[in-house]
Amino acid sequence: MTDLFHSAPSVREEPLPGGAHTSLILRKGQILRLTDIEGGANVSMMMLNPHEKSERLNLPDTLKGQHTARLTTGYCFYSDMGRVMAGIVADSCGWHDPFGGVLNAAETQEKYGAGRYQELRNGFYRNGVDNLLVEMGKWDLGLEDLLMVVNFFSKVTVDDQGRFGFSTGNSQAGDFVELYAPMDVLMVLTALPHPQDPATDYLPRPVQLSWYQADDMQVVSDAIANRGENQRALQNTQLFAL
Amino acid sequence: MTLINSDRRPEDAVYRHVIPAGEPWLFEVKKGQTLRLLDLEGNQAIDTLFYNSDNPRERYDPQRTLRRQGNVYLTTGSVLYSNLGNPLLTIVADTCGRHDTLGGACSQESNTVRYAQDKRYMHSCRDNFLCACLHDGRLHKRDIGANINFFMNVPVTPEGGLTFEDGLSAPGKYVDLVAECNVMVLISNCPQLNNPCNGWNPTPAEVLVWN
Ligand SMILES: [Zn+2]
Repeated sequence: MTDLFHSAPSVREEPLPGGAHTSLILRKGQILRLTDIEGGANVSMMMLNPHEKSERLNLPDTLKGQHTARLTTGYCFYSDMGRVMAGIVADSCGWHDPFGGVLNAAETQEKYGAGRYQELRNGFYRNGVDNLLVEMGKWDLGLEDLLMVVNFFSKVTVDDQGRFGFSTGNSQAGDFVELYAPMDVLMVLTALPHPQDPATDYLPRPVQLSWYQADDMQVVSDAIANRGENQRALQNTQLFAL
Repeated sequence: MTLINSDRRPEDAVYRHVIPAGEPWLFEVKKGQTLRLLDLEGNQAIDTLFYNSDNPRERYDPQRTLRRQGNVYLTTGSVLYSNLGNPLLTIVADTCGRHDTLGGACSQESNTVRYAQDKRYMHSCRDNFLCACLHDGRLHKRDIGANINFFMNVPVTPEGGLTFEDGLSAPGKYVDLVAECNVMVLISNCPQLNNPCNGWNPTPAEVLVWN
């Protein structure tokens, strides 16, 4: 049973259709819940400091600092400045992927075929690079800011030879993950199939976004301060806010 | 893993430079040239970033590179892709066998997280990267993405753990890469003193280029 660090109801709800992109600032002390509405969703996300946008999610520091390549409850997302941008405080799914990245237009066409707006209108085949860049442009961010993304709801394993394996069915309808922000964080996200999902039909799935106010910020921070590295990174975040 | 030797001879190189322990080095390799990174004394992590010198916003992309080769380790045959989806370089020889691109580069800030607050003022790779970038002028903090750690061994377990093993490298191990476009090479020859990846003893590394 997962402890929840907020009380219902949510302060805001918003569906993100499959294929779409959006961005938001999760304010310090808030929790964002991502819910996989139909099952099989994938959400690719970048995180940045909205006040100094050269500070951003650093997945290598995140993985190395916590000795993990699997993100779930209790793991934090570190910035390149040694701070916790967000921590996973609830997760019914158990595994989120840091490897797969996003496809660009050419890779999307190679996998799914042509899917132009001219024929398909708003059902056209979108791709992660373009979706993220469009959303990033709204915040005056550029190509140099597009770094590694985390892919929520997706599970990619590595065998003893280093080969990747994609686990179909990692996320079921109703599965969710909750991100707590100990500092303001700009999240840029898109809901597109995971690049390593072997399915070749273009079927992006929708997710629900729900915002909550954390009941007690100290209690939530303590819950993710489960190892020395996270304690020190949270301390860096707190010092930064003084 | 399969080790592949190169028949390139050091005396035929058109460019050679020894990067002292803990220092940065930024240089350029032209399309078609072969670049060698040489671990002179063994178990030295050579933290490296690659950019298209004709458009420095185009740079090495670890997620695309790993995804397209279907494997988490880099070795002979690995094509290093850019954030625009183009090949930047291809590894054509490797006497070490495995190189890491998940672990990133050490920094003052990450040292406070990984080790202790009082490690902040030790020398680090990202300080090296920044210093070289700002001197050069074509690159800035935002251009510093995830790098390759040549000669580092960071295995991923089937359960999703990330472990750090003793290096596979040894004195004289090398990796050869052919440039697929004009490439800027930005190296921090890692000064890390807090973990055993280099036996707490950073050592020099050599770069060589052949036409
Ligand atoms: Zn380093």
